[in-house]
Amino acid sequence: MRFDATYQDRTYKSVGTRPVRPDGVDKVTGRARYGADFNMPGQLVGRILRSPHAHARIGSIDTARAEALKGVKAVVTADDLPDLSNGDQAHHDLLDNCMARSTAFYDGHAVAAVAAVDARTARQALKLIEVSYEVLPHVVDVDEAMLPSAPVLHDTIFTDGVDPRPTTSSNVAARSEFGHGDVDAGLAAADVIVERSFKTEQTHQGYIEPHACVASVNSDGTAELWVCTQGHFVYRQKCADLLGMDVSKLRVTSSEIGGGFGGKTHVWMEPVALALSRKAGRPVKLVMSREEVFRASGPTSATSIDVIIGARHDGTITAASAELRYSCGPYAELWAELGAMTSFACYDLQNVKTVGYEVLVNRPKTAAYRAPSAPMAAFAVESVVDELAQKLGMDPIAFRIKNAAREGTRSSYGPVYGPIGIRPTLDAAQAHPHMHAPLGPNKGRGMACGFWFNFGGQTCTDLNVNADGTVTLAVGTVDVGGSRASLSLVAAEELGIPYEHVRAVVADTATLGYNDMTDGSRGTFSSSMATISASRNAIEVMRSRAAMMWDIPVEEVIWEDGHAKAIGASYGNLAPLSVREIAEASGKTGGPIAGHSEMVADGAGVSFATHICDVEVDPETGSTRILRYTVIQDAGKAVHPDYVEGQYQGGAAQGIGWALNEEYVYGADGRLQNPGFLDYRIPVCSDLPMIDTQILEIPNPSHPYGVRGVGETSIVPPLAAIANAVSNAVGVRMTHIPMSPPRILAALDARTKG
Amino acid sequence: MYYERPETLQDASRLLAETKGTAYILAGGTDLLVRAKSDHFEADLMVDIKSIAELRTVHHTAEGFAIGAAVSCADLGRHAALKAAWPGVVEAANLIGSAQIQSRCTIAGNLCNASPAADSVPAMVAAGARAIIAGPAGMRTVPVEAVPVAPGKTSLGQGEIVATIEIDNRPPRSGDAYLRFIPRTEMDIAVVGAGVSLTLDETGTIQSARVALGAVAPTVMLVAEAADAILGTRLEYAALERLAEACSAACRPINDKRGTVEFRKKVAGVLARRAARIAYDRSRGA
Ligand SMILES: Cc1cc2nc3c(=O)[nH]c(=O)nc-3n(C[C@H](O)[C@H](O)[C@H](O)COP(=O)(O)OP(=O)(O)OC[C@H]3O[C@@H](n4cnc5c(N)ncnc54)[C@H](O)[C@@H]3O)c2cc1C
Repeated sequence: MRFDATYQDRTYKSVGTRPVRPDGVDKVTGRARYGADFNMPGQLVGRILRSPHAHARIGSIDTARAEALKGVKAVVTADDLPDLSNGDQAHHDLLDNCMARSTAFYDGHAVAAVAAVDARTARQALKLIEVSYEVLPHVVDVDEAMLPSAPVLHDTIFTDGVDPRPTTSSNVAARSEFGHGDVDAGLAAADVIVERSFKTEQTHQGYIEPHACVASVNSDGTAELWVCTQGHFVYRQKCADLLGMDVSKLRVTSSEIGGGFGGKTHVWMEPVALALSRKAGRPVKLVMSREEVFRASGPTSATSIDVIIGARHDGTITAASAELRYSCGPYAELWAELGAMTSFACYDLQNVKTVGYEVLVNRPKTAAYRAPSAPMAAFAVESVVDELAQKLGMDPIAFRIKNAAREGTRSSYGPVYGPIGIRPTLDAAQAHPHMHAPLGPNKGRGMACGFWFNFGGQTCTDLNVNADGTVTLAVGTVDVGGSRASLSLVAAEELGIPYEHVRAVVADTATLGYNDMTDGSRGTFSSSMATISASRNAIEVMRSRAAMMWDIPVEEVIWEDGHAKAIGASYGNLAPLSVREIAEASGKTGGPIAGHSEMVADGAGVSFATHICDVEVDPETGSTRILRYTVIQDAGKAVHPDYVEGQYQGGAAQGIGWALNEEYVYGADGRLQNPGFLDYRIPVCSDLPMIDTQILEIPNPSHPYGVRGVGETSIVPPLAAIANAVSNAVGVRMTHIPMSPPRILAALDARTKG
Repeated sequence: MYYERPETLQDASRLLAETKGTAYILAGGTDLLVRAKSDHFEADLMVDIKSIAELRTVHHTAEGFAIGAAVSCADLGRHAALKAAWPGVVEAANLIGSAQIQSRCTIAGNLCNASPAADSVPAMVAAGARAIIAGPAGMRTVPVEAVPVAPGKTSLGQGEIVATIEIDNRPPRSGDAYLRFIPRTEMDIAVVGAGVSLTLDETGTIQSARVALGAVAPTVMLVAEAADAILGTRLEYAALERLAEACSAACRPINDKRGTVEFRKKVAGVLARRAARIAYDRSRGA
């Protein structure tokens, strides 16, 4: 049956309620199996040897002594992971990041790995591997890396997107540009202009569960991988590519996941675990320590951004422009481009231009982090918007409302918007009591807006109706934020059965068709669409079975309230058939009943949020406390409101950490100084107030229930909202994130001396 | 590696004195066991002192308090007399980590770990605490500030154990306080710590004072100039300013991942001023 994804207004029975999540009991009793909880008979312990240098040519690696150690079953280096990239740069870079080939590009870059019978032997073996390094000059700062004097990471890189192509290699991998109109003319028409430069430091997603997997390669070339990931189908593809395997021969099972936030969308040590197992002929478990997680996985870009915005006295923005420089680690990617696309997406602008530069530095490969690249751009832009409002003597919300994008606006990155939620979030913020609560001395309030694209993508779902009328739902998008509960609600809604009758599981890669990973806020958006489609297909089957049971034409059977009902005057005496009754008879009416669905979920629908924050700053120590925090965001339709609120609060909490304290600190030697939660300060419970949330529901026209993704947008406004609040509290514009106490105190001192 | 759990101080000292390899004393283990997980950690012997009965109690006598080296910080928080006499020392011990950490960790371990940022140490120094050290040659007593000599290094010889921390009883009109600066609200390491102990005369004038700073030099600092700045005053505004200046001037901090030199100097003065205010109020029974 053709699936119609357009939004239809309706009333709900299950969707919008807040039942207990199916994985909840396992998680609170410690039974849930995370990445490191899987074990195999005969399993070995894997460990990775990492470069202690920020930048070094690898001369030779002598593994003989390690291999001779009793209990060591395999040692691998880049030689065991041959380069099969065949000109595919992204493939090559991924392989090089998993195991350095000729050069170690950052402190923590993997150079060799061992598999041994126990942890002690593995640790000893690491010490016996002799690597000769030729230490090279390094660069970790994004601005310094762009200087002509900077050490160049790859002499093969000549900035892309510049015409004519540069003749010398540099660390600037690519330039991108977006916008329309004439910024110079727009600025000339402005009455007030604000221009500022900003910096943000590198942060880590800080997922509590470190990367962990068990790899088992058999002698016949088939393999299994149990792994903590946001996308097991993607991991299967990447690992198969890197190791030269048929996709069908690698079966990947995703564990429960203790946070990912984008960091578990990239493979890190999983291909190494497979290579170790392939060589040792035994299963290998590889679990990163926290130190390894920090040094060698996942951070977001460090950035340096210039913004200029001009406006007329009446509050109309006449022009806006930004230049964004984002660190990528050692490999070219599109992080600045995403920043350049999102910078001004909240506004309706006549003249706008953004330019992004992808900058290579001797830091770990940048990974996606929740609305990747958008929070830093929003920090810079929303800080200038705030300052401009102050200069114009306008209320910050009124100023934003005046310039907010709306249906039909041509966005700064190109597309024309459909119905969007920026204005409603601003209206809600303006009406919110938080905006009108009094503030005492040393306190400040800030607000800011944020945007994220959202994504749909490839999705495949199976719905099986069991013989007792209960339903098993097999999905392929990893449940990162409660999606099994949400998808069960959706199946219950469609079939007209209780939530408790549906059990959702995440199927492995051998038992379901391909699914994109849980990123781009797509989990519930795309899998709920597929679940609706699978449910409707199952209903079709049940209608035909009911018709068979009644021996009437299927056209005369409708589905209503979880029952097949015969329509037409002649069937008045036929009692409706429940799912259970139809299922119990299925053995005699054609066998098992199932609904299947495969699709590309289009029309994810852009998402907007407005945040409000109150802070108190101790003017003698620069210490900031978040006093009150409110998140207002459009969810399209909140399927399970608890988990929507959880996403709003989680994004705000991570943003608070990023804004105030989290930062990668490198020493002069280019080594990471704080690879642990003692000195990499994510917020603890007592650092946060109860984060208040307000869910707006502006239906997404491209989803049957109007659902939009909600997972990422919530981290976009916090840096800006908090920076605006702190700036208002101390009377100095804060332009460097994190606003750690030493930075705030230094800014206050500079003003006093100023 | 061997793990031993002797029941007397003599056995513990002998085990440590006789070993040829690297040996560690294990009290609460909240520093040691964390370090033991690192790939760089090597040890041949760990001597757990928690089964030595005499190290597990707090004795309160006519002279003062004798705190056994294996008494947990949580137990200090439950000791009413100690808390009444030395609220600053107890509040410092009860800032360490979290409830879980405090139920294991000790102030002797905090001292012997020799971190410049140890929280209970500035409070102990301000309180004039002494360490009773048991060793192969018998017992000796030193001021606590003589134990740490550099980050991670102590003046203890092989086989020596801090057995007891002694603190005097209080004269009337006395009070102490400890404050630390951390970027978060808890579970953090001091960027600056300040301990102040005061005794007043009947008129509220400061008769004796001790001011100690943590995390602003390789070891804890007893700042005599800061104490002098408030002696004979009633902690008026000008005296507080002089105290803060003396503290800022005395600091010898470094720039590191936890703070800058300028930041630490400034905040050392601010915290000392605030701690002095609290100690003064406590001295007056306010
Ligand atoms: C999560 C966490 C949070 C923490 N927060 C703080 C904090 O806020 N403030 C703070 O100051 N510290 C903090 N710490 C560090 C630690 O808890 C303290 O330093 C604690 O006081 C150490 O005491 P312990 O008994 O556990 O010492 P142990 O770990 O047992 O020993 C520490 C060191 O001292 C030696 N030692 C112990 N006892 C003796 C003795 N009697 N004689 C001679 N040598 C001895 C040991 O050999 C070892 O080298 C934290 C630690 C953790 C894990």
